[in-house]
Amino acid sequence: MNVPDGLLFTKEHEWVRLAGATAVMGISDHAQTALGDITYVDLPSVGKAVAPGGGVAVVESVKAASDVYTPVSGTVRAINTELRDHPEIINQDPYGKGWLCELEQVPADAGSGLMTAAQYRSYLEAQ
Amino acid sequence: MARMSYVAHVDADRAAMLRAIGVASEDELYAAIPAAVQQARLNLPEGQSEVEVEQLVRAMARRNRTDLLCFLGGGFYDHYVPAAVDAILSRGEVLTAYTPYQPEVAQGTLQAAFEFQSGICRLTDMEVANASLYEGGTALYEAIMMAVRTTERWRVLIDAGVSPIYRMMLRTYLANMPVTLEEVPSVNGVVDTAALQARLGKDVACVVVQYPNFFGCIEDHTALFAAAHAAGALAVMSVYPIALGILKTPGAMGADIVTGEGQSLGLPLCFGGPYLGFMATRKQYVRKMPGRIVGLTHDQQGRRGFVLTLQAREQHIRREKATSNICTNQNLCALAAAVYMALLGKEGVQEVAQYCADNASYAYSKLTAIAGVTRTFPATFFNEFCITLPGDARDVIGDLVDRGFAAGFPVGRYYAGLERVALVALTEMRTKEDIDRLAAALEAVVS
Repeated sequence: MNVPDGLLFTKEHEWVRLAGATAVMGISDHAQTALGDITYVDLPSVGKAVAPGGGVAVVESVKAASDVYTPVSGTVRAINTELRDHPEIINQDPYGKGWLCELEQVPADAGSGLMTAAQYRSYLEAQ
Repeated sequence: MARMSYVAHVDADRAAMLRAIGVASEDELYAAIPAAVQQARLNLPEGQSEVEVEQLVRAMARRNRTDLLCFLGGGFYDHYVPAAVDAILSRGEVLTAYTPYQPEVAQGTLQAAFEFQSGICRLTDMEVANASLYEGGTALYEAIMMAVRTTERWRVLIDAGVSPIYRMMLRTYLANMPVTLEEVPSVNGVVDTAALQARLGKDVACVVVQYPNFFGCIEDHTALFAAAHAAGALAVMSVYPIALGILKTPGAMGADIVTGEGQSLGLPLCFGGPYLGFMATRKQYVRKMPGRIVGLTHDQQGRRGFVLTLQAREQHIRREKATSNICTNQNLCALAAAVYMALLGKEGVQEVAQYCADNASYAYSKLTAIAGVTRTFPATFFNEFCITLPGDARDVIGDLVDRGFAAGFPVGRYYAGLERVALVALTEMRTKEDIDRLAAALEAVVS
C-alpha cells in the first residue's frame, strides 16, 4: 500500500498536505482500493468553510457512497474539477492528480492530532 | 365481534401465547392502556356474509353517476385507454405494483421501466427520467426538494396557477421543513412574471410553474426560466404529458426538473388512483434526483441487460444521507404508460393532442357564443379553458348534472373571486355531437 512521506493522515483514510495556511487533501491509496472503481465525486463549493469531522465531499464507487471528512479546518479555495468527468483519476493517482480540494485559512496547529506516514502505515497494519 | 375465519389464531393459540409471556388474560395484557382509551369502541356494524357485503357495496356503487358525459379535467382526463394496455398489465409476469427486490433477475420489468423513462424523456425533451413516483403532487414535492438540495437554498416561488390540490399537498409536506413556499398570485390566468422575477434572489432555490396551468392556459416560460437561472435558481415545471405532443417542450424552454401526473398515459380515471408520478431532469442533476433509475448496459459477453443504476445515493446504501426517502416506484402504472406510449408512438400522441385541442377550440367557440357566457382569460389554452357564467358555477354545474353532464369544475372552490367560473376540459373521447348537446343544455340552464 502506497503511503508517501510528508503527508498527514486521518483514521478515516483522508490525507492532507500542509503548506503554511493552505492545505491540499484527498483520500488515501488504501481508501481508493477499498472503495473500488470510483464513479462520481460530489465536491464542495468554493468558499465553503469546513471544520474537522465535517463532510467535505462524497466519493461514490460501484460499491458505496462514502463521506469524506476534512482533516483540518479552513475555507475551500479550489476544487479538482477534473474529477467531475474523470473520477477514476482518484483510483489511478490518489495522492497526485486525484486530489479533492485545496483549503486556505488553515490554522497553524492544524497538523496536531493527525498521523504521520509512519504512524498511518502502522495503523493500516493493525487493521 | 364474531371471530373471522381469516384470523389464524384459535383460543388455544391465544392461551398458549399468554402463558408463554406470563400474562393471565387478554385484559391484563392491555392493562397498560388507559381505561378511557380502552373503552373507546368503533361504531362498526356486526360482520356480514360475503353475499350481504356484495349487495351492500353494489347498492352503494349504483349511487355513482357513471352515465354523465364528462367534461371534467383539472389535472385528470378522460382519455381512451387501448385494450392492449390492460391485456398486457394483467399478465402474471408483470402484475406487481412494486419494484422488485432482486431487480436484475426481472429483466422484463426493468426493460419496461427503461422504456417508460425513455418515453418520458422524449415527451418532455429532457435528458434523464426516473422509473416513476407515486403521483403528480408528490412528484412535484420531490422536484422542489431536489432543487433545494442542489442549490442549498430554502425559498421556493410558486405560481398560483399550479394545481391548488398540489399546492395543498406541498404546504402539508413542507409544514415542518425549513423551506418557505411563496405563492405568487396569477394575473389574467397566467404567471405574473414581473412579480415573480421581483422576488428572485440569492436564497431562491427554484421557481415552480404548471403547463398548461390549472386554468388551462399555456404560456412560454423561456424568459422566466432564464431569469431564474440568472439568479441561480432552478426552473421546475409540472406538466400534462399529452399536451407535450404538440406544445413547445419543457426542455426547449430551459426547464431543469419536469414532473407530472401520468394518468393521461393509459390509466383510467379512478377516484384517488392509483395514479402515476413522473420526473425528468438534466443529466447534470441526475445524482440529486430521487427514485429508482433503470440503466441499459452490457454484460461480460456483450449481451444487453438492464440494471438499477445510481443506487449509491439511495437510502438502503446512504441511510439518513440518502437523496430522498423514495426508494420505490409505481411500477405497474408506469408499465401502463410505457405500453400506451409504445402503442401510440410519437405520431399517435401528436394526433391525440391535436384532437383534444381541436375539440376544445370548437367547444370554446360554441359555449362562449351563448348569451351570458363569456371567456374568463385571454390566454391561449390547450384542451381545457375557463368560462364565466351568469350565476354561481356550482349551481349551473349542478343543474347540468341533472341533465346528464359533468360539465366542468367550479373554479371558485379553490380561487376566491372566481365563483362564476367553470373549468371545462375536452379530450379525444368527446364528439362534435357531445359538445353541441352540452352547449344546448348550458344555454337552457343559463337562459
